[in-house]
Amino acid sequence: MRLKTSITHIAVGLAIVMVGLGVSADAPSAAPAPASAMLINAAGATFPYPIYSKWFDEYHKLHPDIEFNYQSIGSGGGIRQVLAGTVDFGASDGPMTDEQLGQAKIKILHFPTVLGADVPTYNLPGINQELNFTPEALAGIFLGNITKWNDPAIAGANPGVGLPDTDIVVVHRSDGSGTTYIWVDYLSKVSEEWKTKVGKNTSVNWPVGLGGKGNEGVSGLVKQTPGAIGYVELIYAIQNKMPYGKVRNSSGVFVKADLASVTAAAAATAKSMPDDFRVSITNAPGKGAYPISSFTWLLVPTKISDPAKKKAIVDFLHWMLQDGQGLTEALSYARLPKEVVAKETKAISQVN
Amino acid sequence: MPNIPVTAGRARLSLRARQFLQKLRHGDEVAHLITLLAAASIIVVTVMLVYQLYINSILPRHKFGFEFFLGRTWDPVSGDFGALPFIYGTLVSSALALLVAVPLGVGAAIFLSELAPPRVSNYLTFVIELLAAVPSVIYGVLGIFILVPVLRSAVMPFLKHTLGFLPLFKGPIYGVSMLAGGLVLALMIVPYIISVSREVLLAVPVEQREAALGLGATKWESTWQVVVPFARVGIMASVFLALARALGETMAVTMVIGNDPKISASLFAPAYSIAAVIANEFTEATGDLYLQALIELGLVLFLVTIVINGLARLVIMATTQKGTSQA
Repeated sequence: MRLKTSITHIAVGLAIVMVGLGVSADAPSAAPAPASAMLINAAGATFPYPIYSKWFDEYHKLHPDIEFNYQSIGSGGGIRQVLAGTVDFGASDGPMTDEQLGQAKIKILHFPTVLGADVPTYNLPGINQELNFTPEALAGIFLGNITKWNDPAIAGANPGVGLPDTDIVVVHRSDGSGTTYIWVDYLSKVSEEWKTKVGKNTSVNWPVGLGGKGNEGVSGLVKQTPGAIGYVELIYAIQNKMPYGKVRNSSGVFVKADLASVTAAAAATAKSMPDDFRVSITNAPGKGAYPISSFTWLLVPTKISDPAKKKAIVDFLHWMLQDGQGLTEALSYARLPKEVVAKETKAISQVN
Repeated sequence: MPNIPVTAGRARLSLRARQFLQKLRHGDEVAHLITLLAAASIIVVTVMLVYQLYINSILPRHKFGFEFFLGRTWDPVSGDFGALPFIYGTLVSSALALLVAVPLGVGAAIFLSELAPPRVSNYLTFVIELLAAVPSVIYGVLGIFILVPVLRSAVMPFLKHTLGFLPLFKGPIYGVSMLAGGLVLALMIVPYIISVSREVLLAVPVEQREAALGLGATKWESTWQVVVPFARVGIMASVFLALARALGETMAVTMVIGNDPKISASLFAPAYSIAAVIANEFTEATGDLYLQALIELGLVLFLVTIVINGLARLVIMATTQKGTSQA
């Protein structure tokens, strides 16, 4: 009798719990979006994540029936997922290689979205001036050939600055990242030794230095270590008000990275832009171009089987190139130059 | 005639079924089945894990073979991968952590179980168990902002000045280093050692202590010569639990170890660990060989853990036998 009552109690309890679960599981899916809401899945680069989520958010406000789900899992993951077809489109800070494009069952297009740049940041107690860096000095420092701050390669570009006789501590990213890719892509272009000895990838076999995880890891190590030099994303440096140096571009001008000089680098290469937009704009020509800049791309398959989804993605691409570009600078991203926008607008017609 | 065996069979079957039902009602069979499933699922998960790591690392295994364990280069650009600096970093940082954490942890456990008033002991134990629940990234942040600056500005210069003739304390001082990695790990694993060792020490029968005291031993003699040896196996088990945790730790280590895959005798030099490099490079690893080399590192970490645990068991067996023969 007692057993029976306790069983009844348990049964009643379970029933209540199950009803509760059922109600709570139904509630959220029923509430906000209309029944016809379309979910578009995307994944990839972390660097443009803030602007992408802003775009997706704004676009969702304009088109409540379209919702984007962007997972910032990294460029490598974005490329893998778009190749595997598990997302509707991907995103990457580095263009896909020919080998990767060859693996694709459906042809994949690159669409540049915004621009980013890397800046050299350093910690030299007592030095308040902005330092100038030549490409030779940066390559020499990161190769470990230049080990003292008063080395003629650095001092020569900074007349009047009393550079100390201290050791240089190189700091680089320990995690694989698009930021590293841009930095070493630039070093590969300006230094033959770097190109043959180290090369470029999202992560490389660094000749010297300490590894910090993420922009915050690198900037933390640089701030803590007197004599340190590292590289961080321009946006990160701006938002955290970090000092950073000028870099001499291919026209021989020392340029400080800002949104205008980064866009200028893209504009300078717009004429020679290949049709698939897979282009490196590091060491770009032009007096005002900042040399360590790069596009970041969306990776969109040319065939999207669901016509409604295809229309949504195409419409979004058009919006991103027009209204979307107006939102970039508030978040410290450099916008695309007009020439590139025009060329991309034409390329959207390849998606069908 | 043919009816008889059928009926007999049916009778036997129904007897067996009745016995089974009876056992089922008593709960024996059910308990047996459920616990068996629980135990089997652990083995299945482990086997599947190893199998996945194994089949997903086919490229580097074929390309490098055994050389993968001995290679000292990690070059994603040229596709040359060797695990030795990471294995070295993992083992040395964990060993360093044990070197610091074991005396500290066992000492604290002895105090809490034998010497402290029960109220204080319970309160402190609660705090220590809270420490074990702190996420590792918090330890990493503490490491970056407190431990590393103290090491760089005070501890390392002192060590270099006094013991600089040893290769352990040579080279430039960056702060982030193998030493920092080991110390942060030590901080993280001490709560495990304290918590488990204290329980083990408390489980030592009171008669053991009373007998020792009755023979004229002081409190400390009874603790050190009777209670601690009695609990030795349990204390070692706590150390191995802590070691397993140290071998696999990722975030806290990568934040302070310097992330440089080089083998250096100096504890001041930056190093790298297996778990840290996997976490750092996995998301952006482009190219199959690169990705699979990282997966093979996971396999290596698994092997390292198995070997270390095997050795640990041998140590336990050896010391336990010694203990019994003495007694």
